[in-house]
Amino acid sequence: MESGTQVTCRYAGADLEGTYITDRDGMAVIKLNSGYNIGVDPSCLTVAAPPEETVAAGAISVRQDTSLPQLSIISTGGTIASRVDYRTGAVTSQFTADDIMRAIPGLADIAQFRSEVLATILSENMTPAIWQTLAQSICAEIKNGAEGVIVTHGTDTMAYSAAAVSFMLDTPVPVVFVGSQRSADRPSSDNVMNGLASAAAATSDLGEVAVVMHASTNDDTCAIHRGTRVRKMHTSRRDAFQSFGMGHIGSVAYPSLDVTLSADAVRRRPDTEPVLAAKLEEKVGLSTFYPGMHPDVIHAFDGYRGLVVSGTGLGHTSAPVIDAIRSLTDAGTVVVMTSQCLNGRVCDRVYDTGRDLLAAGVVEGEEMLPEVACVKLMWVLGQTTDTEEAARLMATPLRGEFTRCSENGL
Amino acid sequence: MDFDYAALGLKAGIEIHQQLDTREKLFCHCPTVLRDVAEHNGEFFRYLRATVSEMGEIDRAAREEMMVMRPFSYYAYDTTCLVENDEEPPAPLNPEALELALTFGRMMGMTPVEQVHVMRKLVIDGSNTSGFQRTALVALNGSLPMGARIESICLEEEAAQRVEGDTFSLDRLGIPLAEITTAPDMHTPEAVKEVAAYIGMLLRSTMKVKRGIGTIRQDVNISIREGARVEIKGVQELRLIEEVVRREVQRQVNLVAIREELLSRGASVDEQSHDVTALFKETGSAILKRAKTIHAVCLRGYAGLVGCEIQPGRRLGSEMSDYAKKCGVGGLFHTDELPAYGVTEAEVAALKAAVGAGPDDCVVLVADAKKKVVCAIEQVRRRAQMAMDGVPEETRKMLEEGSTAYMRPLPGAARMYPETDVLPVTVTDVYYNGLVLPELLSEKADRFAAEMGLDLSLARQMVYSRRCALFEEAVSRGVKSTLAARTLLGTLKELSRDGADVAAVPDEGLLDLLLRVENGAVAKEAIPPVIRALSEGADIAAAIEAVAPSISREEVRAVICATIAERDAFVREQGMRAVGPLMGVVMKELRGRADGKVISELLKEELAKIT
Repeated sequence: MESGTQVTCRYAGADLEGTYITDRDGMAVIKLNSGYNIGVDPSCLTVAAPPEETVAAGAISVRQDTSLPQLSIISTGGTIASRVDYRTGAVTSQFTADDIMRAIPGLADIAQFRSEVLATILSENMTPAIWQTLAQSICAEIKNGAEGVIVTHGTDTMAYSAAAVSFMLDTPVPVVFVGSQRSADRPSSDNVMNGLASAAAATSDLGEVAVVMHASTNDDTCAIHRGTRVRKMHTSRRDAFQSFGMGHIGSVAYPSLDVTLSADAVRRRPDTEPVLAAKLEEKVGLSTFYPGMHPDVIHAFDGYRGLVVSGTGLGHTSAPVIDAIRSLTDAGTVVVMTSQCLNGRVCDRVYDTGRDLLAAGVVEGEEMLPEVACVKLMWVLGQTTDTEEAARLMATPLRGEFTRCSENGL
Repeated sequence: MDFDYAALGLKAGIEIHQQLDTREKLFCHCPTVLRDVAEHNGEFFRYLRATVSEMGEIDRAAREEMMVMRPFSYYAYDTTCLVENDEEPPAPLNPEALELALTFGRMMGMTPVEQVHVMRKLVIDGSNTSGFQRTALVALNGSLPMGARIESICLEEEAAQRVEGDTFSLDRLGIPLAEITTAPDMHTPEAVKEVAAYIGMLLRSTMKVKRGIGTIRQDVNISIREGARVEIKGVQELRLIEEVVRREVQRQVNLVAIREELLSRGASVDEQSHDVTALFKETGSAILKRAKTIHAVCLRGYAGLVGCEIQPGRRLGSEMSDYAKKCGVGGLFHTDELPAYGVTEAEVAALKAAVGAGPDDCVVLVADAKKKVVCAIEQVRRRAQMAMDGVPEETRKMLEEGSTAYMRPLPGAARMYPETDVLPVTVTDVYYNGLVLPELLSEKADRFAAEMGLDLSLARQMVYSRRCALFEEAVSRGVKSTLAARTLLGTLKELSRDGADVAAVPDEGLLDLLLRVENGAVAKEAIPPVIRALSEGADIAAAIEAVAPSISREEVRAVICATIAERDAFVREQGMRAVGPLMGVVMKELRGRADGKVISELLKEELAKIT
C-alpha cells in the first residue's frame, strides 16, 4: 500500500479513519485523524481513498537581499541539514539555500546565499577523498566571490573535517563549520542558533577555518573554535564542542549575533587569494595505547606511511610497543606521539620510556590533539615523501594546531 | 444561575490527566519526586520555535505562542538528568507506566493498541524543554457503568511546572501521566462531575497513582448547540467541575446573545486603527502617559456590549484583552468603561472624535511600544470580528472559582509527529489479558463494611485514605478494624489539626504501634502522643519509652493500692461502685502507660479485697 493512502480500519469495535504511513515489524502504521500513530494488523485495513497530492513544504520562495554580503553554504549532510520523511522513515538532506533559509528564517537578514550540496552522508561515512572535494569546493566558492563559506556537517566527525580543511586550504575569508546536536525537527533544536551564529561569524573579520557551536547549554552564546583545536566532548549536549590548549578564538552573542574575536584569531585578508594544497596521504593511522596493548596492534599498521599514537601522560607506551614502533620507523613510517590527556604537551625527554621512544624514531606531537595530528600527518605526507621533512613539518605549527608556549591557563 | 441544559444542547466530555506513581519517569530513569524549587542545583534558558509538522504545516496554536520570542528558564535538580534538559535522547518507554495504563484500559473494557507508537505533540509555551510533549495512544473504546463512553487512554509525559513567569521547574517534567478521554456524552454539570469522580475512583483503585493537589487534572470540553467547542484546561478540584461547566454555558449563552445583538445592529469593525498618542500627552492616566504609542480602533455598533459581563468577573472586553496580551501588552482600555483609570470625560470625547465614533460605537485603546501595539490592535480586531460569529473554538484556562480566560486556539492534528528516538512497543493479547485487575475501591468499601463490621461511611473514608494499604495489613495481622480505622483516620486527622506533620509518620511505625496496642503492650491512651513523637522523627521504641515507659502489673497494682489508701473512706462507703470514679484517677496517674483493661482488672481485684 502506498504511503498517504486514506484507510479505514475496523478495530476495537469501531471504524478508525486515518492515513497509511508505512509497515513496521509486520504491522501497518496508520496516522489517525487525531494525529496519533498506531500499529495495527494490516488485515484490518480497507482503502478509503488514494493518497492526496500534498503541497511541497518548499513552495514559499525566499527573498535574497543583494545588498548583503555574499556567503556560500556547502552541505555535507548531518543533523543540521536533515529532514526526516515521517511517511517513509527516510532521512533526506537535499538542502538547497532556499531550504536552509526557510528552516532558519533570520539568515536572510544577515547575508545573501549560494548553496551547494556536496554530500548527503552521516558524518561517520566521511572520507579523506570527500575532504579533498570539500576543500576544492570551498576554494572555488571563495574565488567566485564568496565573502565567507559555511559548511554544514554532522557533528561526530566535524572536528576532523575542520582540521583537514585547515591544512588543505589557506583561506583569506572565514570558513565556518556548523552542525546541530538536536534534530532540526524539534522546536528546541540548536540548528537555528548555531546556523545564525555561523552566518554572523562567516561575515565577520575572521580569516581562518573555524567551528561555530553552542558555548553553553543556554541559548546565549556560540563559541568560535579554531578548526585545528576543537573536539566534540559530549555525545548529546549542545555545548559538546570545546577548544583544547587555547580558549576559543571568538564568540557570537545570541540573539544579537554580535561577533567578538580574540587577539589569537587570524583576521580576514581581503586582497589575498586562497591557496589550495589538497593532496592527502590516506595510508595514515591513529592508535590509542592502553595498558597491556599487544604489539600486533602496532604491527597492523605495517606498510602505512604514517601513524599517530595517542600515548599515556607525557607521551608514553609500554616497552613491547616501543619495539613495534621501532620496526615501523625502521621501515620508513613516520610515527607521531600525542597524549591521551588531550590537554598539555607531549615531552618524551623526562622519563626513560620517552627517551626510548625518541630513540625508536618517534616524533613528538607537541600539544596537538591526536586526531588533528592524524589529519595533519595525512596532509604532510601528501606534500612530501621525505620522512625528515615530514617530521620537521609535524614539529612546525602550520595552522595554529599548537603553539610554542603552552597557555598558562590562569 | 441555572439553565435548561437539554434545551441548550449541552455536550461535555472530559480528559482526565492522572500522574502515575511509578518508580521512574516515562522516558528516563529519574525518580518521580517533586522538589522544593529552593533545592534546584542548576538553571539554564532556551528559546523555542514552532517547526513544520510531518504534513508540512505549522500548528495554529504553536504559531500563536511564537508571536513573541521568549527565553524560557529551567531549574534542574540532583533528581533530574539530561533527558529533562533536552540534551540526551529518551530512554525506552517505561514498562511499569505502560502496564499501569493498560490496566486502566482493561478496567474500562478497552481494546489495547497492538503496536504503541510514541508521538511528539508540539507545545511551545515553555512547559517542555524539547518544545513537544511525548504521548502515545495505548487503548481505545471502553465504557463506564453510567453509560459514558471512554474514547482513549494515552500515556504522556507530565510537563514542567511553571515557577513564575517564564521560569519552569524540571522535577515534574517526565512523570508519567495517563490521559483518559471520554466521548462528549455528558449533558449536565452533575453528570460531568459524576463521571470524573468515577474515573478518579478507578484510577485510585490501582493504588499506583500519585496523590495530592495537582496530581490529577481535568480538561473539560464544553459546547452548546448554538456555541462552539471550548476546551478548559487544568481543573484541579472535583468540586469546581460543575461550576466550570455552568459558567462556560453561561459564557456561551451570553456570547450568542451578543452576536444576535451585533447582527441586529449591523455592527462592523474598522479596518484602520488610529495613532492617538498625541491625544493623551497630558493625561492623568499613568499607564497612558508612560506608553510610547497608543493606538485605537473603533468597533461600530459595539457600545455597551464590550463592557457586558459574560461570566462572573469577565466581560467581552476581557476576552479581547486576552487576545491582545499574546502580543506582550498588559491589557487594554475601552470606552464602555471610560472615563475611569485617570482618563477624563474630555479625553474620551476627543478620542471618539478622533476615530469618528458615534454613540453606538465602542473604541478600544492599546498602549505600549509600537510593535506590540500594532500586533495587539490586530488581535483586538480579530476577536471583535469573532464576536459576530458567536463563540470561538478555543483552549481556555481556568481562573479561580471557575471562570476562564483565553489561552490559545484549539490545536489541530498538525501538531503531532512521530518521536523517532523511541521504538514502538508491541502489546500482545496474552500480555493484556494476563494483567491483574485491582479490586475497585467501591467494592473494597463494601467488603470492609461487610467483613469487618465497619460503618459504611467509615469504610469509604478508609478506602480513599492514603493509609488504606496499611489498614489492610494491620487488620490481616490481627489489629481490630475499628482500632485501626479510628487511628488511621480520626487520630491522624486530629493530630494534623493540632499541627503535627502526620504525613511524615512512616507506615511501619504506625503498624508497629497498632500491633503493640492490640497486644496490650501499649495502652490505647498512648496512641496520640506516640504518633506525635513519631511525626517528630523518633523511632517507635524511643517514642513509646518517652511517652509511655513500660510498666509492670505490680507497679500498676502499687499505684492502685496507693490510690485506694488515699481514699479509704470513699472506698469503704462506695464498695465496688468505686471502680468507675477510681479508674479515671488511676488512668490519669499512669498517663497511658498501662492498658485500661489491665487497670480495670487489677482495680477490681484490690477493691474486692477491701469490701
